Amino acid sequence: MAITVPQVRRLTSVETKLYLREPAAIFFAIGLPIGLFLILGGTIPDFMKADPALGGLRPIDTHLPAMMIILSVLTCAFSLLPTVLVTYRERGILRRMSTTPVSPITVLGVQLVLNVATTLLATALMLVTGKLVYDVPLPQAPLAFAGVLLIGMVSSFAVGLLLAALSRNSRVVQGLGLAVFFPSLFFAGMWVPRELMPEVLRNVADFTPSGAFGAAIVEVLATGGAQWLHIGVMAAWGVVAAVVAVRFFRWS
Amino acid sequence: MAIITVQNLRKQYGDKIAVKDVSFSVEAGEIYGIVGRNGAGKTTTVECVAGLRSPDGGTIHVDADLKQQVGVQLQESMMPDKLRVGEALDLYASFYANPVPVQELLDEVGLDPKAAFAKLSGGQRQRLSIALALVGNPKIAILDELTTGLDPQARRETWDLITRIRDRGVTVLLVTHFMEEVERLCDRVAVISNGTVLTVDTPEGLISRTGGLQRVTFRTTVPVDGLKNLPEVHSVTVEAGQVVVTGDQNVLRAIVTALPDTAVSNLKTETSTMDDAFLALTGE
Ligand SMILES: Nc1ncnc2c1ncn2[C@@H]1O[C@H](COP(=O)(O)OP(=O)(O)O)[C@@H](O)[C@H]1O
Ligand SMILES: [Mg+2]
Repeated sequence: MAITVPQVRRLTSVETKLYLREPAAIFFAIGLPIGLFLILGGTIPDFMKADPALGGLRPIDTHLPAMMIILSVLTCAFSLLPTVLVTYRERGILRRMSTTPVSPITVLGVQLVLNVATTLLATALMLVTGKLVYDVPLPQAPLAFAGVLLIGMVSSFAVGLLLAALSRNSRVVQGLGLAVFFPSLFFAGMWVPRELMPEVLRNVADFTPSGAFGAAIVEVLATGGAQWLHIGVMAAWGVVAAVVAVRFFRWS
Repeated sequence: MAIITVQNLRKQYGDKIAVKDVSFSVEAGEIYGIVGRNGAGKTTTVECVAGLRSPDGGTIHVDADLKQQVGVQLQESMMPDKLRVGEALDLYASFYANPVPVQELLDEVGLDPKAAFAKLSGGQRQRLSIALALVGNPKIAILDELTTGLDPQARRETWDLITRIRDRGVTVLLVTHFMEEVERLCDRVAVISNGTVLTVDTPEGLISRTGGLQRVTFRTTVPVDGLKNLPEVHSVTVEAGQVVVTGDQNVLRAIVTALPDTAVSNLKTETSTMDDAFLALTGE
């Protein structure tokens, strides 16, 4: 039997309630990036200085929001989503569902949508508060910005699903998630902006999913465009990670 | 007419043969027991019936839509910690074409719809699990070890619940290793050992097959080793001063003849129980 709209709606409403009952999720995926954006933007004077390398824009218009968007995406993709999926598998919830008319793949879909929605909400809030508080201009090329965001999310969430597929239990997936999370933030330019990275490191970063994501999103905010290299790297990671994840994912 | 027919089922995990050769059939409306020790292959058998595992050999026929009309309570299955009882039941009810009204089920299992899964006791979790197996209004309910880990009171309440389910016309396939549960609930049982069916019978049939085995217990001040040599006696065990003798119908007379009656106290006899029948069958 095919799945019906009321079933999806019910499942979405239940999963959303469960999601909201874990305040940590909302804090790390929305509160922390926006809080950091506001605090760092208000306390570090360098973020407010116009930079010719950024076409006269300030880091608070480009680098800072880009990093905070990536912080939100990676929190959802590498930590929240895989942990829920592996916990559900570990508890026999996915297996239990496979005995009902509604396939457990529906839960996976709903969780994916919830986490994507969370990062979109964080991004939108950042753009709005940036505009209101620090007069950050909205993305000059909204379509290119949306495209970069989309492909960055596809590659990040594909890697997250891969982590879920490769982890035997929830403790493993949490450890693995953190082990991937911090290097990914580093490659994205969270602590050392890409322009300041040694060339070797920058070349490595360009071929990681988060490095490409970070470079592309900073660039699209600064110039309205991105390099095909970065788009291609994200697409390739997305496809490969998704294929391997599908190959190894277990429902029980 | 049989609603479940299993013929020569075989299933192995790698080199390990979990189910060697299992055949049985379940009639509509009965409570059918699958009994056996831990590791006998009970869970593997019923999970093959439920469509959760694919057999390596044999055939399974279930006269019902596996997803719509078969409700399953798995041996190891939990819900998200923060999910409330009512939410879980509403959610699972939405999965099925003709669900039972959730309020009716809540009353039946006596659970608070506002209670979060993490806060439920073992017995309450089992009852939720049963309710989830029934919410789709199934023709068949498959229940795996549903009273393991429950205290005697909770176990008895669960048995009453199963009896009411059967009275509503649901066929129940029940996995257990408690003989008392079999005696109380099952119309028929298949005894499984090492992946094969030793026998299928009614609980009463199984007990009577042991040939009216008698069990005599007493305390005594004299040695009882000699009792073993009496033709009426099958076994003699002594535990904490309590002597347990099993034997045929004449065992009691043989004991009181053999021992001076001043040396025997607290004498009791019982006819054999399901436990004895099971032990005799599985050869231990
Ligand atoms: N997924 C599995 N992988 C390997 N061996 C298994 C698996 N599941 C069960 N077994 C083995 O198969 C045998 C039968 O198991 P099971 O059907 O669970 O028995 P029961 O339910 O009667 O205790 C046991 O020896 C068990 O260790
Ligand atoms: Mg079992």
